[in-house]
Parts: sequence; C-alpha cells; structure tokens
Amino acid sequence: MLYNTRDSFSCILTSCFLLKVSRFCPPRKSRHDWIGPPDKYSNLRPIHFYIPENESPLEQKLRELRQETQEWNQQFWADQNLTFHKEKEEFVRSRLKAKGLDLRAAPGQKATLNAEEMAEFYKEFLSKNFQKHMYYNRDWYKRNFAITFFMGKVALERIWNKLRPKQKKTSS
Amino acid sequence: MAASPHTLSSRLLTGWGGGCIWYLERRVTRESPRRFLHLLRNVNQQWVTFQHFNFLRHMYVTQLNRSLKQQIKPKPEPAESPFLEKTSLDEAKAEICEMRPLVPPSLSLSRKPSEKALIELEPTSVIEGSIDLGKETKEEKQWKEMKLRVDDLPGILARLSKIKLTALVVSTTSAGFALAPAPFDWSCFLLTFVGTGLASCAANSINQFFEVPFDSNMNRTKNRPLVRGQISPLLAVSFATCCAVPGVALLTWGVNPLTGALGLFNIFLYTCCYTPLKRVSIANTWVGAVVGAIPPVMGWTAATGSLDAGACLLGGILYSWQFPHFNALSWGLREDYSRGGYCMMSVTHPALCRRVALRHCLALLAMCVAAPALDVTTWTFPVIALPINLYISYLGFRFYRDADRKSSRKLFFCSLWHLPLLLLLMLTCKRRAGEEGTGAPQS
Repeated sequence: MLYNTRDSFSCILTSCFLLKVSRFCPPRKSRHDWIGPPDKYSNLRPIHFYIPENESPLEQKLRELRQETQEWNQQFWADQNLTFHKEKEEFVRSRLKAKGLDLRAAPGQKATLNAEEMAEFYKEFLSKNFQKHMYYNRDWYKRNFAITFFMGKVALERIWNKLRPKQKKTSS
Repeated sequence: MAASPHTLSSRLLTGWGGGCIWYLERRVTRESPRRFLHLLRNVNQQWVTFQHFNFLRHMYVTQLNRSLKQQIKPKPEPAESPFLEKTSLDEAKAEICEMRPLVPPSLSLSRKPSEKALIELEPTSVIEGSIDLGKETKEEKQWKEMKLRVDDLPGILARLSKIKLTALVVSTTSAGFALAPAPFDWSCFLLTFVGTGLASCAANSINQFFEVPFDSNMNRTKNRPLVRGQISPLLAVSFATCCAVPGVALLTWGVNPLTGALGLFNIFLYTCCYTPLKRVSIANTWVGAVVGAIPPVMGWTAATGSLDAGACLLGGILYSWQFPHFNALSWGLREDYSRGGYCMMSVTHPALCRRVALRHCLALLAMCVAAPALDVTTWTFPVIALPINLYISYLGFRFYRDADRKSSRKLFFCSLWHLPLLLLLMLTCKRRAGEEGTGAPQS
C-alpha cells in the first residue's frame, strides 16, 4: 500500500513539474527569452521561450528543440534527484535500524551515518545507475550539439536577412 | 501606469476578468486538479496566465505605491512582500475594494454586485489566494530576461573561461619558462603567456558548454554563466573558438610549433578526453593530471624549443601535485558526484583515492630531490623545500589514515599554497648557466 501511494505521489509530482513552468508570463514588451529560478526538483532553470511574430521555420525548429530538450532534462534530473534522496533516506533508515538506533538518537539531534558509511551508498547508487547515465550523456551531447548548431544556423539566417532587406520586402 | 486607452482596457479585463478567473481557479482547484487542467486547456492558456499576471502586478503596485492616485486608503509601508500570511481578512477585503475605482464607472455599475458576491462568498480563498499569489510573485520576480548586456560581458566571459584557474595555469607556464635554461626573452615570454592564457580560456569554456545540466546540480558550479542563462551556448562556443584559434596560432607561429602542438593537444585532452571521461571512468583523474602538467612543460619548450629532462621533471611535479589537490577536494563532494553521475575515485574507490594522494605527496618529495640531479636547480632546493614537502606528506598521511572531511580540507588548502611556494623556491634555486653542476649536461 505504501508502495502504491509512493507511485501515485511521484506521478502527481511528475505531472506538476511541467505545469509549474507554464505559469510565468513575461511582460508584453519583452522580445527575449526569460530564465527562471532553479527548479526545486531538477535544479535546472526553466526558460520561457519568446515567439517572435515573424518566426521562420528554422527558428521554430530551434525553439521546439530547445523546449523539448528542456522538458527531457527536467524529467531526467527531477527523477534522478528524487530517486537519489529517496534511496538515501531508505539506506540511512535501514542502516540505523541494523545498528539498533532510531533516527532521533539524542533529543533534538538527528542520528546520521558517517561519511564512510554513506560512501557505500554513493558507490552503490553510481554503479546501479551507470547505464542510465551513459544513455543520458550520449543524448545530452547530441542535443547540445544540435541546439548549438541550429543556433548558429538561425544566427546566419538573421544576418543574411538583415543584409538582404530588398529581397525580403519583395518576397513578403 | 499611463492612462492610455490600451492600459485602461487591460485594466478593465484585469479588474473584473482577472478577479473572475482567479475565483474560478480557486474554486476549481479545490474541486479537482483534473478539471482545473481541463479549464486551462479549454481557455487560451496564454490569455489566462497573462491576465493572472496583470492582476498580480496590479495588486502589487496598488499596495506598494502610495503615490498612485488610484489608491484611496493610504497603506502602511509593508516591511516584507505585499502578500503576507499575517494579512487579516479585513485588510484583504479593503485591498480588493480599493481596486474597484480603477474599473471605469460604466463597467463597475453592472459588475459591482457580482464582484461583491465573489468576495463575500469566498473570503478564505482570497487570503489563501493572496498567499499563493505572494509566493508566485516572489518567484516571478526571480525570472530574468535573457538579454546580453555589453557591460556584463567581460564579467560573464571571465567566469566562463574560469579566469582564476586560467591565471594559475598561466603562472605555472611562466614558472616553466623562467626555470628553463635559456636567456629570458621578454617578447617570447609575453607571447607564451598570452597564447597559453587564450588556450586555457578556450578549454574551460568548452568544458562549461558540455557540462550545463551537471553544473546546475552541484553547489560548487551552479552559478556558472551558462547555467544561469547569462550567455547562450552559441556565444560560449564562439568565444572558445575565438580564443583557441589565436591562442594556438600565437604559440605555433609566435613561439615554436612544439609549444603550439602541446597547447592544441592540451585543449583536446581537456575538452574531449577529460570532460566526457568524468562520467565514464575514474581514469579521468589521471588524464586531468596530465592536463595540469602540460602548461609548465609548454613554458619550458617555449624557452628552449625542446622537450628535455628538465621539462619532464617540471611536468612530473605538477602531475603529482594534482592528486593530493584534487583527491582532497573531491572527498567533500562525494554526494554531489554520486547524484550527478560522476565517476570519481572518492566515490567508487575511496581507499585508492587516499592512497594515491599520499603516494603522490611522497613522489613530490622524490622529484624535488631529482631536480638538482637534472640540473634544473641547485642542491639547496630540496633542502629548503623539505619542510613544506614533509608537511604536505604529513597531511597526506593524515588524510589516508583519518579519511574524514577535516583532513581532506587541510590537505586541499595546503596544496593551494604549497605549489606556488614550491615553484618560487625552485626559481630562487635555479641552476644558472656556467655554474658547476652534477648530473645530466644542459641541453
């Protein structure tokens, strides 16, 4: 029963992550992206992307890629951090129990494990998630390169449009 | 706010429409989250949040700015944010009431009864709403426009290029240049200095470019420019290219090809080997140590044009120094490394981590003895360097034995002053040309 509650809790949390991002609205005059404070779960800063009126297909593609990468990153890190903290607490609890200690050993003091004992957990967590991290790294590098590449293309496109205003006027 | 028709009409919608939506939101949120989502999806989301924002902004301005004529009741200056948990029911009602004069009479006459009804029906939701809105406004204030200001650029680029680390790298290069058995040439020195500095800036920028989400999740690195969105990835890469190309060119054609090749190799090693390897294997520490060892070698090759025993010794000293420095630092970051997915000795092989640190402290001692044997310094050097070498070895031993945060911090901070002092002592004991020396002849 506890397992089910935890599952549904994490499901609600997961769906709340993206909701939180969309609540901000920048001032009308602004023509730039806006970046927010670090997210509570993922520690990543959400970006509110500015959509210009005359957005070109390339710019739209870039924006969508950045938006999608942001959501993907948010999902991964929120899940990573939550899992880490959850497993850490479970580890501490189980070790303290094995030692015969309660979480509150002395009045007003929280019983903790020392660094060496915690190191065992950190090592275990790292090795357990190694494959997951490898896939994330690979995907992150791909996305990062793609985003930067498209940013370069968009920048060139904008420069090109500025240098060729006559052509733009005739086409519109 | 100017009394233009546009702002007036937005206030119309804000005053009634905003309040209405706000009430509906509160009502629906209470009933079921699903229906709330449904509401948002049905209504144009942008419109709802924009009105919401305008409403918040409106209330915020009304309460804080006493000079606004719209405000009828002068408010006491709030010590904290306008939306406080302590706000009483009456005050909240008064705030809402005060807003009504902002709505033009024609609209207010028809809407007033329903507004009053809205307010009286759900007084508690107003308070809860105002608390939530308060938190939201605080959060909204933390949003920053991603607009690059020219004034901020030097500071941002300095942080991007890890200017302090670059300064340290360049100083080790300078030490290598000065220690080399060649007459000191100022122009060559300056070219080496600038070239190495630019190469280091480039490498550090690329490193930050690769590591944005990881840096966000570690306390030590969460305020970096790319993490905070102060600069775009494109600009970071462009800056890195603009540093790497002239830097390596300066070293290759201004100094000598060997130094240029070493500079290029080091950039490659740091960005394409060390940075990705950090998440794959603990071998990254050894690769990183080589990265740290190359700059003084570059300084030496810049002065002499060749890679000889003295250069290797200097490189060796810097290589060995990296281990007590980094292993001690990483000891306190184990949780962050584990959560971030970094493969570091301190996490996966703690005993090895401490053993290696101690081992290299002792290696430093041995290499200082080898320095005069290779004609880099006089025999005075190992003697006067003995106290600091013994001290760092002692701290390395304490770290090995105690394996706690205290000993790791002591070792780390010792490494910070140990290296500059060691290099300074080396410089003062440099073997001058023409002096009698034992061991390998000068190249």
